[in-house]
Amino acid sequence: MILVYAESIDGNFKKSTFEAVSFAAGIAQTNGVHCVAVSIGHVEDAKLAELANYGADKVVAVNSSKLAAFNAEAYAKAFANVAAAEGATIVVVSNTYSGKAVAGRVAAKLKAGIASGVISIPNTSNGFVVRKTVFSGKAFADVNLTTAIKVLAITPNTFDTHTFGKTANLTTADGGLSDADFISNSVEISRVTGKIPLTEAELVVSAGRGMKGPEHWGIIEELAQVLGAATACSKPVSDMHWRPHSEHVGQTGITIKPNLYIAIGISGAIQHLAGVSSSKVIVAINKDPEAPFFKAADYGIVADAFDVLPKILEAAKKLKAAN
Amino acid sequence: MKILVCISNVPDTTTKVTFTDNNTKFNTAGVQFIINPYDELALTRALEITEKQGGTVTAINVGLADAEPSIRKTLAIGANDAVRINAEPQDAYFVAEQIAAYAKSEQFDLILTGRESIDYNGGLVGGLLAEMLGIPSVNVITSIEIENGVATMERDIDGGKEKVSCKLPLVASAQKELTEPRIPNMRGIMAARTKPLKVVEVTGDLKTSATVGFELPAAKGGVKLIPADQAELLIDLLHNEAKVI
Ligand SMILES: Cc1cc2nc3c(=O)[nH]c(=O)nc-3n(C[C@H](O)[C@H](O)[C@H](O)COP(=O)(O)OP(=O)(O)OC[C@H]3O[C@@H](n4cnc5c(N)ncnc54)[C@H](O)[C@@H]3O)c2cc1C
Ligand SMILES: Nc1ncnc2c1ncn2[C@@H]1O[C@H](COP(=O)(O)O)[C@@H](O)[C@H]1O
Repeated sequence: MILVYAESIDGNFKKSTFEAVSFAAGIAQTNGVHCVAVSIGHVEDAKLAELANYGADKVVAVNSSKLAAFNAEAYAKAFANVAAAEGATIVVVSNTYSGKAVAGRVAAKLKAGIASGVISIPNTSNGFVVRKTVFSGKAFADVNLTTAIKVLAITPNTFDTHTFGKTANLTTADGGLSDADFISNSVEISRVTGKIPLTEAELVVSAGRGMKGPEHWGIIEELAQVLGAATACSKPVSDMHWRPHSEHVGQTGITIKPNLYIAIGISGAIQHLAGVSSSKVIVAINKDPEAPFFKAADYGIVADAFDVLPKILEAAKKLKAAN
Repeated sequence: MKILVCISNVPDTTTKVTFTDNNTKFNTAGVQFIINPYDELALTRALEITEKQGGTVTAINVGLADAEPSIRKTLAIGANDAVRINAEPQDAYFVAEQIAAYAKSEQFDLILTGRESIDYNGGLVGGLLAEMLGIPSVNVITSIEIENGVATMERDIDGGKEKVSCKLPLVASAQKELTEPRIPNMRGIMAARTKPLKVVEVTGDLKTSATVGFELPAAKGGVKLIPADQAELLIDLLHNEAKVI
């Protein structure tokens, strides 16, 4: 039986959750076993039922007022209890901040081998081997999990969602929790609203020191908004507080894997590339033809960003107006 | 206040990654190893806390003798003492088990790890360790303050931030922004020579995974240059050729 953690935010599932459910359901189908999704915290039944559409044969909802806010120890305990009750042999979570917070604890509870940042389905021809990114995207490693139960944290935006059109079988479980399981407390949550979170974005417009100063970011934001993209930046840009730290990508920032990464006025230092090189399509705009970013890019424009950005923005607006 | 900081010894961020032995081993030839950048932040924050409210900071590493320069550096930066568990760090599970075995005998108030090691990008040791010790864990923290045995932290969540409070002991893992790393000064480097670095042997040998091979990403096909005076073509290419917008 394959168990998948259906991570929710404020009662909603994210695309990465559907990807995880489809991933788990695919493996379940290949092995002729069931796929069970576990939701923790409050999610409406209609939304829980959607998990069946993405492949869950059964949905177990664990909910109580105490589970309203994320809590790694309690969520992991509830999840591991369902895993044990259902007899899970493979456990799937999304490789998100909270997904990973749960995954490690669940693995320790189940004495399960664990791989995070997984980008392949398991290859069982010789053991149970999954591929993961290592060295911040500079390489891949094939990891063989040798325990009876395996935990996989899969990278968002890597696997497609599939609709299986199964009918929902909704059940509930109490998770076996007591007050002693709630030691840490979420006090306050602040989410950037109206903006696409970088970690989930499929399109990213990013800029570096070549933009000269924070006052020039208007056109970057406008281009991102027109394309429906998130904004990102290089490390010096966030170090100088031109942009918030949450936008810093690279080896010491966020690692992203969007379908499109547009790098404007960023040199393409190895530490920056480490966080973005797995992007499907990369565009570099730089006035220096020798900028290392051009070696990592699919499309390049050697030009002053201030000259070409208005033209690109205009063309993007036209495209969006026409579609 | 007794703080334990977990230190991973990793290749410098400028390392050109290559492999040997038929792509089964990371090629360490000519590679400079450093303290994992997130662990350096965890260490610095631990020192800031103990300097303000008293206490000790112990650095711990699971590694072979070749990790000692990084461990020595933690002492030069300011850790009071250091422990090396003498083993090849096989995977996050193994590392967490070794650290848990040591931490059980010592009663730390706070254990800090980095958000992830920049080599294997696991991001798992903190959660595994906390579960093995039966204490709470809070990952990707960007701030931590301790008052009356309670830690108040901010952590990154997808698309925002969460403020969390938690009674000690706990395991927290450091995200960038937690603080600025410290550079060791001459006095620190001298003092480090006489600080204790204990080497302990491993307990148990549970194996949960093995890396069977590595691969480098396929080289890009080469960049397609768009003339600057036709920059608007980019949007057309992204739409019709790359089909990403
Ligand atoms: C331990 C460590 C970790 C690091 N981690 C990260 C990380 O996670 N992320 C990260 O980004 N960096 C990281 N760095 C820093 C990295 O090495 C580079 O210094 C940084 O990425 C450079 O940022 P930049 O490209 O914005 O600036 P610069 O290197 O200053 O490059 C600016 C670029 O803009 C171009 N330019 C200038 N004006 C224009 C214009 N008008 N139009 C078009 N182009 C223009 C220039 O030709 C140049 O290529 C790290 C460094 C270290 C040592
Ligand atoms: N070999 C090790 N010895 C001590 N601590 C480690 C080791 N490997 C990882 N850690 C700690 O665990 C954190 C997360 O590592 P990882 O799960 O490997 O990404 C690191 O930032 C370190 O704080």
